[in-house]
Amino acid sequence: MDKQRIIIGSERFALTIDRLCHQLVEEFDDFSNTCIVGIQPRGVALSERIYRHLVEHLNIQHIDYGKLDITFYRDDFRRPGASMHASVTEMDFLVEKKNVILVDDVLYTGRTVQAALTALNHYGRPEKVELLTLVDRRFNRELPIRSTFTGIKVDAVDEAYVKVEWAHTNGEDRVILFSDKKEAQ
Amino acid sequence: MASANQQLSSKHLLGIKDLSTEDIRLIFHTATNFKEVINRPIKKVPSLRDITIANLFFEDSTRTRVSFELAEKRLSADTINFSASSSSVKKGETLLDTVNNILSMKVDMVVMRHPAPGACQFLAQHIDANIINAGDGTHEHPTQALLDAFSMQEQLGDLEGKNVAIFGDILHSRVALSNIFCLQKLGAKVRVCGPPTLMPKFIHKLGVGVSYNVRETLQWCDVANILRIQLERQNIKYFPTLREYAQYFGINRQLLDSLDKKIVIMHPGPINRGVEITSDVADSEHSIILQQVENGVAVRMAVLFLLAAKG
Repeated sequence: MDKQRIIIGSERFALTIDRLCHQLVEEFDDFSNTCIVGIQPRGVALSERIYRHLVEHLNIQHIDYGKLDITFYRDDFRRPGASMHASVTEMDFLVEKKNVILVDDVLYTGRTVQAALTALNHYGRPEKVELLTLVDRRFNRELPIRSTFTGIKVDAVDEAYVKVEWAHTNGEDRVILFSDKKEAQ
Repeated sequence: MASANQQLSSKHLLGIKDLSTEDIRLIFHTATNFKEVINRPIKKVPSLRDITIANLFFEDSTRTRVSFELAEKRLSADTINFSASSSSVKKGETLLDTVNNILSMKVDMVVMRHPAPGACQFLAQHIDANIINAGDGTHEHPTQALLDAFSMQEQLGDLEGKNVAIFGDILHSRVALSNIFCLQKLGAKVRVCGPPTLMPKFIHKLGVGVSYNVRETLQWCDVANILRIQLERQNIKYFPTLREYAQYFGINRQLLDSLDKKIVIMHPGPINRGVEITSDVADSEHSIILQQVENGVAVRMAVLFLLAAKG
């Protein structure tokens, strides 16, 4: 296998975002009782894009949109490699009795999502929580968590690394699969 | 964003002197996030759920003790409280024995206030737990300095080049020493002001300005941090009467109104109203004394969280 491979290029990236948004509209119609919550830091780049697309291109008038940081809820605290660098949480609404679309860029072990679910509980009891991810590494799960809306499914070994790059930070929207995590640094 | 695995450089917080500027900025960054947490409807996060913290207070305290305890509870840690007045210390047990006995009950972190300077340093050399200095004699009070600087930064933005004056009993103040270290590491200019008898002998070696003129110093500074006259540590007379002190070194409304600028008024508490500061100044719109107390919880949460992460 090559050291790195682009699995979604910029054209397909745009189509994928468009498709995910249409799927959301199909399921949640006018978003009257639905909110979007991006997981900090990387899920927010995706949620931002989804939110903007829904408002600008699909004419959704009002969506509650929040950003959730999960640093203080992680289960790998005091273990090597754990990130201790918190990001901002911006949640100016409660999720009580609402549909929540949780957004992250890559679904891998499922532990980030588990922490996000704990954090979300602190803002009320949602009616239903769905997960939207750009990349689903479906064979690497450590918890019974699955994504409802998925951009692409990737089958990769544990050593591999999936990196999502964004036009506003890296110059181009694309998803790259590295055969070794060290190559991605 | 700074690198993802940023950590503090030490597993203890013994004094500001040992911290790097990056450490201080990391604590502030984390404290900002905790400040958002403590303003949520549910103010608690599960980060320290498997950690036990002992609060050992060998000296009286209200604010610091309550603030630490609240910070620990907001982080879901288990806490035990200990005060010297109601313990075996009275029966003659040594500090190390007391602490070792508590640690053998599987305690991960120790928050300690002690009247002897260096007590926390001593503990850190002998035991394995994370030690947090909550004030050791006249030496340092690092979390107070961190919350002071954090509160100043909230008011003024980056402290680089800002003028901060510390008024009052510099000689007996651990808050003054920690504040000087902390503010200098953040690039602020510091001046101390008080009666010559309450000025430490070698204060100029710390690179701070010294003034004996309150009005001139108020005119110079952006922030005035006013310290308490520590009568309990003064076994000789450093000034004739409290009334005379208030007259020459106390900060009152008239004095503030005579300045041609607005300055921020801070006080670490407890306030001797009418001595170092009058009530109309302490309760004025210039004063951020109560914001300091709120920030104290957020800053202490950040310190506990980051130190616990070091294991």
